[in-house]
Amino acid sequence: MMPQTSAKPAYNGESSESPVKGSMETSLKPPVPSGSQTVLEAPLRMQVRNLDFYYGKLHALHSINLQVTANRVTALIGPSGCGKSTLIRTFNRMHETVRGTRLVGEILLDGEDILAQDVTRLRRRIGMVFQRPNPFPKSIFENVAYGLRINGLPAAQRGHLSDAVEQSLRRAALWDEVKDQLHKSAYALSGGQQQRLCIARALAVDPEVLLLDEPCSALDPVNTAKIEELLFHVKQNCTLVIVTHNMQQAARVSDATAFLLNGELIEFRPTPQLFTTPSDHRTEAYITGRFG
Amino acid sequence: MKLHMLWRKSINVVMLSLTGLCALIAVSVLFFILGYLVYHGGKDVNWDFFTKLPKPVGETGGGMANAIVGSGKLLLLAALFGIPVGLLGGIYLAEFGGQAVPFVVRYTADLMNGVPSIVIGIFAYAMVVMPVHHFSTLAGGFALGVMMIPIVLRSTEEFLLAVPTAMREGAMALGASKWRTISSVVVPAASRGIMTAALLALARVAGETAPLLFTAFGNRFWSPGWSQPIASLPVMIYTYAVGPYEDWHQQAWAAGLVLLGLVLVTNIIVRTLLSRGASPQRS
Repeated sequence: MMPQTSAKPAYNGESSESPVKGSMETSLKPPVPSGSQTVLEAPLRMQVRNLDFYYGKLHALHSINLQVTANRVTALIGPSGCGKSTLIRTFNRMHETVRGTRLVGEILLDGEDILAQDVTRLRRRIGMVFQRPNPFPKSIFENVAYGLRINGLPAAQRGHLSDAVEQSLRRAALWDEVKDQLHKSAYALSGGQQQRLCIARALAVDPEVLLLDEPCSALDPVNTAKIEELLFHVKQNCTLVIVTHNMQQAARVSDATAFLLNGELIEFRPTPQLFTTPSDHRTEAYITGRFG
Repeated sequence: MKLHMLWRKSINVVMLSLTGLCALIAVSVLFFILGYLVYHGGKDVNWDFFTKLPKPVGETGGGMANAIVGSGKLLLLAALFGIPVGLLGGIYLAEFGGQAVPFVVRYTADLMNGVPSIVIGIFAYAMVVMPVHHFSTLAGGFALGVMMIPIVLRSTEEFLLAVPTAMREGAMALGASKWRTISSVVVPAASRGIMTAALLALARVAGETAPLLFTAFGNRFWSPGWSQPIASLPVMIYTYAVGPYEDWHQQAWAAGLVLLGLVLVTNIIVRTLLSRGASPQRS
């Protein structure tokens, strides 16, 4: 993904007094201070503290504070260019592949600063699935086995490998469709299957956190539904963070939702509350479809 | 007004036919050369040509087995030297280079591509022949290898840059180091293109004469090992074509036909492989 420029959405905070707003008592409550909130009752897996991010001179993220709860799905929503992809790419330090970026602040994984860790080990613990399916030009089997092989994991040893591959493909709800063609090229699969293959590939190394950057944006509704369903199973033993452009998707799959606008975290609450009783008028304007 | 239209129309017709004519000339040169070679050399391309040594001056018959094997040995050395250097240099350009260094390397490679081959021959003469005081297969292979470097380097770079960034990110997001990503994902993804480029570079230097004149020199007999002068098809063609004997001229035609045939066959095989097996690239 290219660095997003912060295009201002056509929205004027002052003039758009919502007709809905008056009728919603809860929306009048002051927003919870975003620095210390814990939105879900479960242990934290990741914490983002006072994160500022720059592409050269462009200030892309402004003092973000966010908690990612273990075994839950955290969704990041917001209009194009709001910084949601930028934010998720800092979680496994993929931003370092882009020249001229600068990060200030802290990101903790299980209480430890990820910036102080070895980046290849970190990325084994925090997997990522991208917008467009990006299988390697190898067989289906080798795609899933890749992460096990390069990390020299015990599962990569002879005899265990095919079990590990099967298990990952099952977790990604792809096994039944590909079990008879594991040695065919990954390019023989459809787009939706390729994306599930990429999920299987990421799950194979058994990450603690799986980041999904708009994983369904290139897929049709049927394949989107399949992926949403498998995420529900995957979160039993993995923590998920999903960036989505699609508010309905966030409402369907996530437990907590963060709304970003122009590089700022506007609101972060349990998903049902954010979508029914947003506390910030900008969140409300966005989820009711008045901009974005 | 009418005259003006007529003028414009006739200009159109003239220019169209001129471009068509030039395109026709460009295409027919290859077939003309091929036909001419077959006409003059076809009857001398026989079993003896591929299996026998050249006969002593004055005797007719014989073949160029030593030159065919010699060209093979020189090309093997050229490949062993030129392909690794070009490949790894191309990887550096595409994957590691910052701002200034790749510019310099790229520019140098392009300039090197334009260096006359005779100059590369002198360079190899000074570097390899002078220190040991005799011509050798090694020196010839080195000269051809140097010629291959810029071609392999630039095409490797281009094929690597065509590999989508998403694929690199996919590997790195799994915990692959940069080199692991390149060696296990990026280079395999571009391997077909790189192999094609390497083979085409090889076919290109297969016909070079000038760099071999004072490096590999030439030999009328078998050249065992790697440190003696060795025969090659292009040098053989040169020697025989300027020689005073009618029989030599015939053999030179035959050698030209064989050389062109080998290069054409390589080209066609490579291009067929490339077009047939092109892996589906996502947009």
